[in-house]
Amino acid sequence: MDRLALDVAHLLAGGLVLVSFMLLYQDRMTGLVNNFALHALVVSLSVAWQAHIQHAPHLYITAAIALIVKAIVIPLALHRIIVQLGIHRTIEAVVGIGQTMLAGIGLVALSIMVMLPITAKAGTLTQQDLAFALSVLLLGLLMMISRRNAVSQVIGFMSIENGLILAATGAKGMPLVVEISVAFSILVALIVIGVFLFRIRERFDTVDIHALHQYRGEQP
Amino acid sequence: MAIGLQLLVQFCQMALVLALAPLFAGYVRKVKAHLLRRQGPPLAQPYRELLRLLRKDVVLADSASWVFRVAPYLIFATTWVAVSLVPTFATGLIFSYAADVIAIVALLGSARFMLALAGLDVGTSFGGIGSSREMLIASLAEPAMLMVVFTLSLLAGSTQLSSIAASMQASDVGLRFSIALALIGLVMVALAENARIPIDNPATHLELTMVHEAMILEYSGRHLALIEAAAFLKLLLYVSVIACVFFPWGIAVSGQGPAAYFAGIGVYLLKLAAGGFLLAVFETAIAKMRVFRVPDFLGAALMLGFLATLLLFVTLAG
Amino acid sequence: MALAGLLWCVGALLAISVAAIPAARSRWGTPAVYGAALCASTIGLGLALVSLLGGGALLGALTLPVGLPWLGAHFRLDALAAFFLVVVNLGAAGASLYGLGYGSHEEAPGRVLPFFPAFLAGMNLVVLADDAFTFLFTWEFMSLSSWALVMAHHRRPGNAAAGYLYLIMASFGTLALLLAFGLLAGPAGGYAFAAIRAAPPAPGVAAVVLVLALIGAGSKAGLVPLHVWLPLAHPAAPSHVSALMSGVMTKVAVYGAVRIVFDLLGVPTWWAGALVALLGGVTAVMGVLHALMEHDLKRLLAYHTVENIGIIFIGLGLALAFGANGMRAAAALALTAALFHVFNHSVFKSLLFFGSGAVLTATGERDMERLGGLIHRMPLTAFVFLVGSAAISALPPFNGFVSEWLTFQAILVSPALPQWLLKFLVPAIGALLALSAALAAACFVKAFGVTFLGRPRSDAARQAVETDRWSLATMLILAALCLLAGILPGYFIDALAPVVRALAGAQLPRQGELDWLTIVPVAQSRSSYNGLLLFLIIAFAAGLGAEAIHRWASGVLRRSAPWDCGFPDASPATQYTAGSFSQPIRRVFGSVVFRAREEVRMPPPGDLRPAQMHVRMRDVLWDAFYAPLAGLVAYVADRLNKVQFLSIRAYLTLVFGALVALLTVLAVWQ
Repeated sequence: MDRLALDVAHLLAGGLVLVSFMLLYQDRMTGLVNNFALHALVVSLSVAWQAHIQHAPHLYITAAIALIVKAIVIPLALHRIIVQLGIHRTIEAVVGIGQTMLAGIGLVALSIMVMLPITAKAGTLTQQDLAFALSVLLLGLLMMISRRNAVSQVIGFMSIENGLILAATGAKGMPLVVEISVAFSILVALIVIGVFLFRIRERFDTVDIHALHQYRGEQP
Repeated sequence: MAIGLQLLVQFCQMALVLALAPLFAGYVRKVKAHLLRRQGPPLAQPYRELLRLLRKDVVLADSASWVFRVAPYLIFATTWVAVSLVPTFATGLIFSYAADVIAIVALLGSARFMLALAGLDVGTSFGGIGSSREMLIASLAEPAMLMVVFTLSLLAGSTQLSSIAASMQASDVGLRFSIALALIGLVMVALAENARIPIDNPATHLELTMVHEAMILEYSGRHLALIEAAAFLKLLLYVSVIACVFFPWGIAVSGQGPAAYFAGIGVYLLKLAAGGFLLAVFETAIAKMRVFRVPDFLGAALMLGFLATLLLFVTLAG
Repeated sequence: MALAGLLWCVGALLAISVAAIPAARSRWGTPAVYGAALCASTIGLGLALVSLLGGGALLGALTLPVGLPWLGAHFRLDALAAFFLVVVNLGAAGASLYGLGYGSHEEAPGRVLPFFPAFLAGMNLVVLADDAFTFLFTWEFMSLSSWALVMAHHRRPGNAAAGYLYLIMASFGTLALLLAFGLLAGPAGGYAFAAIRAAPPAPGVAAVVLVLALIGAGSKAGLVPLHVWLPLAHPAAPSHVSALMSGVMTKVAVYGAVRIVFDLLGVPTWWAGALVALLGGVTAVMGVLHALMEHDLKRLLAYHTVENIGIIFIGLGLALAFGANGMRAAAALALTAALFHVFNHSVFKSLLFFGSGAVLTATGERDMERLGGLIHRMPLTAFVFLVGSAAISALPPFNGFVSEWLTFQAILVSPALPQWLLKFLVPAIGALLALSAALAAACFVKAFGVTFLGRPRSDAARQAVETDRWSLATMLILAALCLLAGILPGYFIDALAPVVRALAGAQLPRQGELDWLTIVPVAQSRSSYNGLLLFLIIAFAAGLGAEAIHRWASGVLRRSAPWDCGFPDASPATQYTAGSFSQPIRRVFGSVVFRAREEVRMPPPGDLRPAQMHVRMRDVLWDAFYAPLAGLVAYVADRLNKVQFLSIRAYLTLVFGALVALLTVLAVWQ
């Protein structure tokens, strides 16, 4: 694996972690969706580069799917949902942005500490990809638990998926069947979540989770 | 080289930075004006401002003490010394081993300490607002600066600016992402420290949006001239540090002779021009933040520094 | 031999203490006692300096036949003890010199004079002790004599509670140290330090001893979460005693920690270093944040002590981590940084406490919100307080910067550590250190600015007078020492070399011989600092600027009302107060760390009452940890109270039950 290939892969994987942080920093809905589009774009570039250096052409298809579905179609759909639901507000965070980012740094450090010794025998490329993929996954989960808004939770969930794609490509190739099934499950999940969002909005006039909490029943 | 010649080159650098600082500030103003489709003041306007202030009387408040009168000299001296220690056209000058980048930042901290005290000295509320906000910004910018220094030290194995510049010239592609993150972090810290948009507005007349201007509200005459000169020097310092660390090509090495020095000066002027242009574009394109968004901004700079360090650890382990 | 001389000085101090009981009643008693204490501590300082710089010729050990019959009292003067004796006696001499002036304002000399020399003697003895019993006995003696000094003005509100809390925490710390020494001595019961050194404990036992030592010594030094007594007790004592407690007694506690952890425990483990450094980092930030929220001058200084102890423990933790990994040079660097900071802090903290004592004497106020403008009334005190503030804020060219710079250099060496946790933790601790340094500068801008600058906020501030010349002389000497240690750090680092070599196995390269008096902690290519050159260039630049201004600028100066944007306000109440200065920082950090809540109550329009702003802050540690603990103890004590009211038959049953139980144990043991 020559130097340039490794470095560009490092650049793209590190860029993905950086964009995950930018997702944490956002406090406006439209900015969040655009940022997610950037996230998907970076992941598709990363997969395409992996396809190039691993000489695995089927990964190009994965990259194309990621680009078209996640960087173009889904953000457009989300923009539309936002407009139709009429939620142009800021996103409320459970704790301040500064503390969320501090927690994010801790998670990146943790995933590096866990992954690097485990993958010590694999190649450098795999090591880096897996460590960064775990970081992206944890950052996506952090985003889901630290935001009150349902749309931002959906985006967090999809960024977890991007991290999984990075991990799968890093571990030397991903059969197309797996990718198609994963993509289908994501699509189904999105449809279901979108339907639910519409229903929730119709019913309660809001998608703020905190407001929905009081309707849960069996309150303590 | 003989000690006398080295001292001469060092003094030339001190004179050069002092001469260039108002010009740089005037250049940034000129570019901003052109971007706003105005003619703007002439390039030499800051020099005229300094001369005008020098000729004016000093009006001192009744409650001002000797701290108020001595502070401008100390602020000017520490900032000027700090800029003189940064490699501009040549590395390895004779004084540059007296202080590394941590000491240079601490010298700026001394200047800021005196300025904040001067703001509190007269006993008005405007001075207080400037001083308290300035110390908040400083306390958040310092950890971010340290993380950037940590990343650079990890790369270069040193905190001396001359050694960092030398090793950056020899660095290779793989570490470049962390360098980019460190650069962005340093730029964010530099914007905060120099009271530029989006942290503070250097041209504001509204007291409640001031930070730096509020602290110097009571100053006049030659004292104000010294403080304005110190502000120009501080901006020049940060641009020079960024140029020296992240774009070190063209810097002469001490002992290479006058031709290399003159080439170094030329390259330095080009770097300043580019840096000033980018600063002006950035300031025109973005609006000033609320004061309590500044911690988020500087927190992001800290995170970028941390991330750069973490990514470097991964690269170096591989 | 130097050790004998030092013990004679201690004896003299104890004699002065006894003689002070009758002498306190007479008019010349105060100057006599302080003068005698000054002589004794200066002789002690001289002896300690000579032993430290003498290269080992004057060190030695001694055993006195007092104390436990089979043990005696061992005393030993080695390089570490010599260094800490320098720190202790320097602080003691300074406090005695200051007391010559300050003591004349003392309203109850009979409660202060007998215990002051005893306190000095106790601190000296702790550093010299060479076996566990002597160490603990002198440690308790030191605590009790300082407790007596804290209770000197026991009728003032809050002082009695502060003394009570101090006594509890001191006893708790001694208990922890007792257990630690018990574990170290082992079943054989070898309490002399020499015996303990010869038999290093097993790793599990060593871990427990480390934690106990941190608890015991750390509670006296002020490590979070055991620092709660410090900001209450230190300000309650008279000002020169506060300086001793903050500047010197905390260093004796650091000595205890260093002696146990570095000397008696043998080879450290890396996680011990991580733990100590992390505790140090958290302590530093918590201390300075608390200090920023304070507007009582002496409590602010006491919280700052907590911060600086945190910085010292960061250095110690790094030294442990490097030592555990065999990186001796780096361990030497970290240890040098920590010990240099010990010296620096004792100097500038004493200076600052002396300054606050001068302010207290001149105005009768400790609350900054009632002071202001004192620089016009007390110019010399203001000047030395400014030097102390600049030194503690780690600003070049003063000494605080040098020790912090060395600590940063030690942090920058950390990527060479093999453990991943350390690799990530140390940069985080470095960020915490940078944050605490910047916040310390903010805190001292507030302290100096609100107290000395601006306009006076009360009559007491308007009518203050400059303090007496003994106090001024002491403060000037300490301020000069701050500058000297900042300009010529190489000599101080060389003086520390024997200590560092004994503890870390390596030392920094000899600094005194380098060109131009630069200091180079690791290698020339890596980093260097030249305090003297910086000082000279700054002076040169300032002089050049002043000369140029004088030549070409207008020299006219006239006085007028302040500009204040055209609406100068006659009332000094409109200037910034301590609370308003720290409001931005309270907004950013306070909501998490202190659960700070601000509330503004505005009266309805037309009502002439002023608006009120209430700031509510809780000490989270106290609420989460100490208050429940106190409640638990009260609950248990209540329950056990029933034992007081039993019948005679019940007491006899208890005696019978205890006897049967002991006999059973004896039977089983056979």
